[in-house]
Amino acid sequence: MSSTVELADLKHATDVQKVKERIRNVQRMLVEMTSSMGVHLGSSLSCLEIIATLYFLKMRHTPHRPQWKERDRFILSKGHAAPVLYAVLAEAGYFPKEELRTLKRIDSRLQGHPDLKTPGVDAPSGSLGQGISIGIGMAVAAKMRGSRSRVYVLAGDGECDEGQVWESLMTAAHLRLGNLVLIIDRNGWQLDDRTEEVKRKVPLRSKLESFGWETYSINGHDVEKIVEVLDAAERAEQPVAIIAHTKKGKGISFLEDSNKGHKLKLSEEEYLAAIKELEMKAKCA
Amino acid sequence: MRVAFGEGLIEIGGENEDLVVLTADVAKPTHVIGFGERFPHRFLNVGIAEQDMVDVAAGLALSEKVPVAVAFAPFMMRAWEQVRSTISRCSLNVKLVGTHAGLSASDEGASHQSLEDVALMRVLPNMTVVVPGDREEVKEATRAIVESRGPAYMRIGRDEDARFLEEGFRLGRAAVLRDGSDVVVFSNGYLTSEVLKAAEGAPVDAMVVHVPTVKPLDAGAVVSAARRAGAVICVEEHSVIGGLGSAVSELLSAECPVYVRRMGVGDTFGESGTYRELLEKHRLTAPHIREAMVEAAGRRGKR
Repeated sequence: MSSTVELADLKHATDVQKVKERIRNVQRMLVEMTSSMGVHLGSSLSCLEIIATLYFLKMRHTPHRPQWKERDRFILSKGHAAPVLYAVLAEAGYFPKEELRTLKRIDSRLQGHPDLKTPGVDAPSGSLGQGISIGIGMAVAAKMRGSRSRVYVLAGDGECDEGQVWESLMTAAHLRLGNLVLIIDRNGWQLDDRTEEVKRKVPLRSKLESFGWETYSINGHDVEKIVEVLDAAERAEQPVAIIAHTKKGKGISFLEDSNKGHKLKLSEEEYLAAIKELEMKAKCA
Repeated sequence: MRVAFGEGLIEIGGENEDLVVLTADVAKPTHVIGFGERFPHRFLNVGIAEQDMVDVAAGLALSEKVPVAVAFAPFMMRAWEQVRSTISRCSLNVKLVGTHAGLSASDEGASHQSLEDVALMRVLPNMTVVVPGDREEVKEATRAIVESRGPAYMRIGRDEDARFLEEGFRLGRAAVLRDGSDVVVFSNGYLTSEVLKAAEGAPVDAMVVHVPTVKPLDAGAVVSAARRAGAVICVEEHSVIGGLGSAVSELLSAECPVYVRRMGVGDTFGESGTYRELLEKHRLTAPHIREAMVEAAGRRGKR
């Protein structure tokens, strides 16, 4: 019995290692994309581990068959982080990695904000505050057809200013949608300033709890912790909210926890510094 | 009209298991409550939250369901940006129904009178816009939008109970209800019945064309009627800006430039009153339409 447990632990540890390797690939792709086009790099990096853990470890999905009905769904409600979603989808095999170079270019399948043109994108976004509602529709549809398909929504903390977020939080709790998980990328920044300066969000956790969601708070860059909390979410009978504490620009020191990377194009110098830093960290891993 | 709509939904719901009806705390006045009682597992009342409702419908459509989201027309417009950015942009198979449209919320006043919805929905790419006016037509139009693929908006009134059509509704088709050669009137919704009354006994020979589908407009029927009559009147329970009158004018300005008179509510909000009083105040009753027919016939251009 104990050897079975050990084997499972070993497999889990290997899986997590693999996710971490792929995260490094995606970081590199993001830096490449930002060298030729202005993108929301900071808010892409803050949620990279979350999206990567979902696609590379947690979700049931089939890149060769993006429309498989029984798949788990992912909605990037904070649509401006589209580059990280595209890089993860490319890494997962939904489309060739070379296509990332076409990001935001005319006639590209990779639009500035998520669009159904892109293989693997489950829902459009770009206008904030709509993802939870869309997720509710998907979660209800899954229940109606008796499917075990689960729905994951990633929203920004700034996005919580939108009234529709709170409408949908009430709806999901009322419907007791245990197949719906909301992850809030709590990087502490929104376009104009720090989130608490623009409009106070705290106490976010007790707000979510009072709306009837089973709520967790984790370090959003810790893959082990993300897996653990997503596992726990599967046992819930009500919707689950995960506040993922993150750093905007995570992994690139000159961007970390600042609003510099809200939308930027890297200079040649910055690009080289970023690549160098990523390579150093990869060696130490 | 809303009674016929509610009955129609139950009929279609019995045949189409993917049909899901959503509403925002107006199940009773919109008459979708009957569907909810009959098919409770395919009915969602999200509370007073139109924006949430519209996107929940989007999520259902992304999972191959056929959602029909129903609210009072003016408050459906509260979710216009959700309709634009999510539903219309990706051509999702969501059906939106606005009830109490036009002046039909009468006594409730300006906040409840929807005079802009056709304009707002017509401007959206991929969107079909339907304004039926006959009791049976409401049921048929409901079926037609559910069976068609892609987003659609249907607006219906509150209590009017007109019956003026002999033939059934076909999406995208206008119906010539009366032939005539001096002037043609294009209209939709309940007001087509006023137009028919106006044409009977008018001193000019008026053609009456009912145009329940504002988008896509039946361009062939509109252009050929305009050519034949040489003068045009459009009548609708909507602002004169952006609705059927605008759609007809846009088409005719290129294809058959003739005199076009747009009758509707001027560039103004409504107010409380009875439905008849409001129609009278905005000159949308048969006598006013008849007057306009005479005037328009006098301004006919060459065919």
